[in-house]
Amino acid sequence: MSEPNLTATAALIALGASEAPRSLPNLNRAPFEIRALKSGFLTALTWIAALLASVPLFSVIYRLAIEGGSRLDWEALTALPPSAFEQGGGFGNAIVGTLVMVGLATLMSVPIGIFAAIYLAILDPDSRLAHSVRFLSKALTGFPSILAGVFVYAVLVVTMKTYSALAGGVALAVLMLPTVVLAAEQAMMMVPKKMKDAAFGMGCTRAQVIWKVVLPTGAPGILTGVMLAIAGAAGNSAPLLFTALFSGYYLTSLTEPTASLAILIFNFSGMPYDNQIELAWAASLVLVMVVLVFNILARIIGRQKH
Amino acid sequence: MASHHFDHVDRSGSVSGPPSAGDYVFDRGFRGVAWLSAVFILALVVYIVIEIGGKALPAFSEYGFGFLTSTTWNVQTGQFGILPEIWGTLYSSLLALIIGGVFGVAIAIFLTQDFLHGHLAAVFRTIIELLAAIPSVVYGLWGIYVLIPLLRPVANWLHGEFGFVPFFGTSLSGPGLGPAALVLAIMILPTVASISVDALHQVPYKVKEAAYGMGTTRWEAILKVMLPTAGSGILAALVLGFGRALGETMALAMLIGNSNQISLSLFSPANTLAALLASSFPEAGPVEVRALMYAALVLLAITLIVNAIGLAVMKFATRKFEAER
Repeated sequence: MSEPNLTATAALIALGASEAPRSLPNLNRAPFEIRALKSGFLTALTWIAALLASVPLFSVIYRLAIEGGSRLDWEALTALPPSAFEQGGGFGNAIVGTLVMVGLATLMSVPIGIFAAIYLAILDPDSRLAHSVRFLSKALTGFPSILAGVFVYAVLVVTMKTYSALAGGVALAVLMLPTVVLAAEQAMMMVPKKMKDAAFGMGCTRAQVIWKVVLPTGAPGILTGVMLAIAGAAGNSAPLLFTALFSGYYLTSLTEPTASLAILIFNFSGMPYDNQIELAWAASLVLVMVVLVFNILARIIGRQKH
Repeated sequence: MASHHFDHVDRSGSVSGPPSAGDYVFDRGFRGVAWLSAVFILALVVYIVIEIGGKALPAFSEYGFGFLTSTTWNVQTGQFGILPEIWGTLYSSLLALIIGGVFGVAIAIFLTQDFLHGHLAAVFRTIIELLAAIPSVVYGLWGIYVLIPLLRPVANWLHGEFGFVPFFGTSLSGPGLGPAALVLAIMILPTVASISVDALHQVPYKVKEAAYGMGTTRWEAILKVMLPTAGSGILAALVLGFGRALGETMALAMLIGNSNQISLSLFSPANTLAALLASSFPEAGPVEVRALMYAALVLLAITLIVNAIGLAVMKFATRKFEAER
C-alpha cells in the first residue's frame, strides 16, 4: 500500500519522460487511506459548521414569531408606549418615528450618493478625487455607527439645543451614503460601454448619456443598493441614541425628540417588567419584518437584471 | 462654428441638430452637481474627523495619554480613563474574530468548493446574508433572553470544574464578555464569509483543476492550493470583520454588562468603547461629554487604522490576480 508519489509521477508525465517508469503507481481510488479519511472528516466538519452557523438565524426568527407574535395586535401597533407599571400599550409612535427618520435619511443620502457615483463611474473614474472618494466610501462602510451619532450630536444637537428627528435622519444618512455610492457606482459600471458609445455617437451630451442611457439601464442595481441601505438604516439604532433620543408621544415636528423602534427595544429590553419585555419582542418582530421586506425587495430587483 | 456652413440647410423636417443652449446648461449643471456630490463625501469624512477630533481636544489637553492607561471612570471626581474599555473592545473583538473567522471561512469554503449544488448553495448564501440583516438590537434582545440563559449552566459548570483556568475565572451571573463575543461573532460572520467567497471565486478555475488533476483529495486541494492562493483576500476578510466587530455597539451595550474592569475571564462583565459611548452619552454632563468625545476619537482612530489595513490588503489581493490574467 505505498502511496503513489503524485508530484514525481506528474513531473515525469509532464516531461514526456523518455524512460517510462518501470511500474505504474497505484492509480486506484483508495477510500480508506489516511488522506482520504482526513478529507472526509474535514468535509463533515464543514457541514457541521455550516449547519451550526444557520442556527442563530432560525432561532432568532423562531423566538420572534413566538414571543413577538403573541403580543402583536392592533393596540401594539398603534398605542403609545406604557409607563412602568402600566399594562397594555404599544409602539405606534416608534413605527412612525422610524419611518420618518429613515425617509429623511433616504431623501438626503440617495440623490447625493447617486450623483457622486455618476462622477466616480462615468465622468472621471481615474481622477485623484474619484480614487479618494472611492477609498473613503469603502472606509465609511466600516465606520462604527455610534460615531455617526457622536458626529451629528456635536454638529446638530448641540447647535440646535434639542434632540430631533432631523438629527436622527442626518445620522442615518451618513451611514446610508457609502452603501448607496458603492452600489450605484458598481451598477453604472456594469452598463455596457457599447451603449454609452452609441449614445455619444448620436451626439448626446454627457449629461444626456447619463440621464437617458446609463441611469435607466443601471436602475435595478442602483435600486438594490438603495433598498439595502434603507434596510440597514431601519435596523440601526446606535446613531439615534443621542440624536433622536426617544419620546413617549407621536411626532408633531421634526425638531423634537423622536421615538424609534430600535431605541424602544433597547430601552424596554432592560426593564424588569414583563409587559415592556413582551412589547420589545413585538417591536423586534415588526422591525425585522420591515428590514427583511426591504432585503427581499433588493434581491428581487437585483435578480431581474440578469 | 462648424454648424455655420449648414445654416442655409433647412432642418425643419429633421430630428437631428446640435445640442441647444439648454442642453449645454443642463450638461454643465449636471456634471457640476455630480462633482459637488463627490467633493461633498470627501468633505464629510474630513469634517467628521475634524469635528470629533476638535471636540476631543479639550479632554486630550486635560488628561493627555494617561487617559488611555488609567482605569477609573468617575464623574464625581472628574477622573476618566478608558483602559478597561480598550481592553474589552480588543478582547471581545478578537474572540469574535476567532469564532466568526473560523466559521466564516468554513462557510466560504462550503459555498465555493462544490459542497452544494447551485440552487441549494444560493439558498444557503441567502441564509448567511440574512444573518447580517438582523438588527443589532434584536440580537441584543435574543442574547439576553435566549443565549445567556442557555450559556449560564455551561459557563458555571466550566467555572466550577476548571475555575483555575483564567478564562473561566468567574461565574456567569448575567451579561458578560462571552455571550457578547458570541453574538459579535454571529454578526461578523457574514462579512467574513462574503469577502472570503469573493476571494475564493477569484482563484482561476484551472488552478483547482490542476490540483485535482494531480490526484489530490478535495481537502488537499482546498488546504494546499485554494486557501494559500486566496490567502490575502481571506486575510482582508478577517481584518475587515475585525473592524466591524470593534465598532459594533447596541448588542454589546445590552450584553456585555457595562462594567469597568479588566479580566481575562470569559464570564465576567466588561465594557467596550462603543458600549461606553452608548450607555453614558445620553445622560452625560458637559465634563463627561468631553471625556466621551476623547473616547470616540480613540475608537475612530482604531477602526480607521484597522479598516485601512483591511482595504489595503484587499486591494493587494485583487491586484495580484489581475496581474496573473
